Amino acid sequence: MDAIDRHIINHLQGGFALTEFPFAAAAEALGLSEAMLIERIDRLLKDGVLTRFGPMFNADRLGGATALAAMAVPVADFERVAAIVNGFAEVAHNYAREHALNMWFVIATETPVRITEVINAIETETGLKVYSMPKIEEFFVEARFVA
Amino acid sequence: MTTPPPALDATDRRLIKATQEGLPLTRRPYHTVGAAIGLAGEEVMARFCQMLETGVIRRIGVVANHYRLGYVANGMSVWDIADDAVASAGTEVGALDFVSHCYQRPRHLPLWPYNLFAMVHGRSRDEVGLKVAEIARQLGPRVCQYDVLYSSRILKKTGLRLVDQGAP
Repeated sequence: MDAIDRHIINHLQGGFALTEFPFAAAAEALGLSEAMLIERIDRLLKDGVLTRFGPMFNADRLGGATALAAMAVPVADFERVAAIVNGFAEVAHNYAREHALNMWFVIATETPVRITEVINAIETETGLKVYSMPKIEEFFVEARFVA
Repeated sequence: MTTPPPALDATDRRLIKATQEGLPLTRRPYHTVGAAIGLAGEEVMARFCQMLETGVIRRIGVVANHYRLGYVANGMSVWDIADDAVASAGTEVGALDFVSHCYQRPRHLPLWPYNLFAMVHGRSRDEVGLKVAEIARQLGPRVCQYDVLYSSRILKKTGLRLVDQGAP
C-alpha cells in the first residue's frame, strides 16, 4: 500500500458521485486518472485491503432487523457452542470477548420476528441463555478509518 | 424515535440485490448495473439518490478492512449511564472520531448493567485503552461504571446479506 492507495482510502469512504462517469469525477478530485483509480480500487479489493466498494446499505431501513446478542459460555463448551451459533446463516459476525459474557454475535434477518426465532433456537440447541441486546437508539454508525 | 422504513418496490429490491456485493468497476458502473437488470443507468442513479435521502443507503464508497490498515485492536466499551443522561452522552460519544458505532442497548441486571455501547478501534490495546479513558473523562460523573471488552478471536465474519437471505 503506497501513498496513493492511502489517499484513495481516506477520501473515498463516502460521497462517490451519482453521475454517469463517477470514477472520472472522483479521480479528478483525487488528482488521479480515471483508469488509474479504477485499477487501484480493483487491486485493493483483490488484496483484501478493501472489503467492498459500492453502496453501504442500512439493513434496518430495508425492513430487516439486526440484533446484538451475547452468551456466557463455559470454557470447556466453547467450541461446541460456537459451531452451533455459527451454523445459523442469520448470524453474521461472532466474536469471542474477554468477559463473563464471552461470546458476542450479530443476528441479521429479513424480519424482526425472525430474530426472536433464531434466539430461541440457539437457546434450545445450546441449552444456554442468550442475552438479547437490540439497539434502542443509534447515535453514530460510520466505520471510517484513516489509512 | 425512528421513522418507519421507506417503501421499497420490487425494482428497488432487485437493484439492492444486484449491488449488495458492490458496484462493478466499469467507467459507467450505474449503467453496467442497469444493463444487467433491465434498467436505464439514469434510473439506477435516481433510485440510489432516493435511497440515500431515505437512509436506505448510508453512503457510497470504499469500505476498508481495518485490520489491514493496522487497526488490529478493537474494544467494545460499555457504559452504565443514568437513563435520563444516556441520550446526551450517546450523542457526545458518537461524535468522537475514534468511535465507529455508538448505540443505546438494554441492560440485563444484575449481570449486565451497561446501557451505552461505543466501539473503539486502535492500533494496539494501549491505544484503545487511552481512547476509552478519554471517553470516561468527557462523560465525567454521568458514568456509574464502565468496562472494555476486547475481542480475543473472530469466530465468524460474513458480509451481511441484505435481501433474499432465507431463500435457498
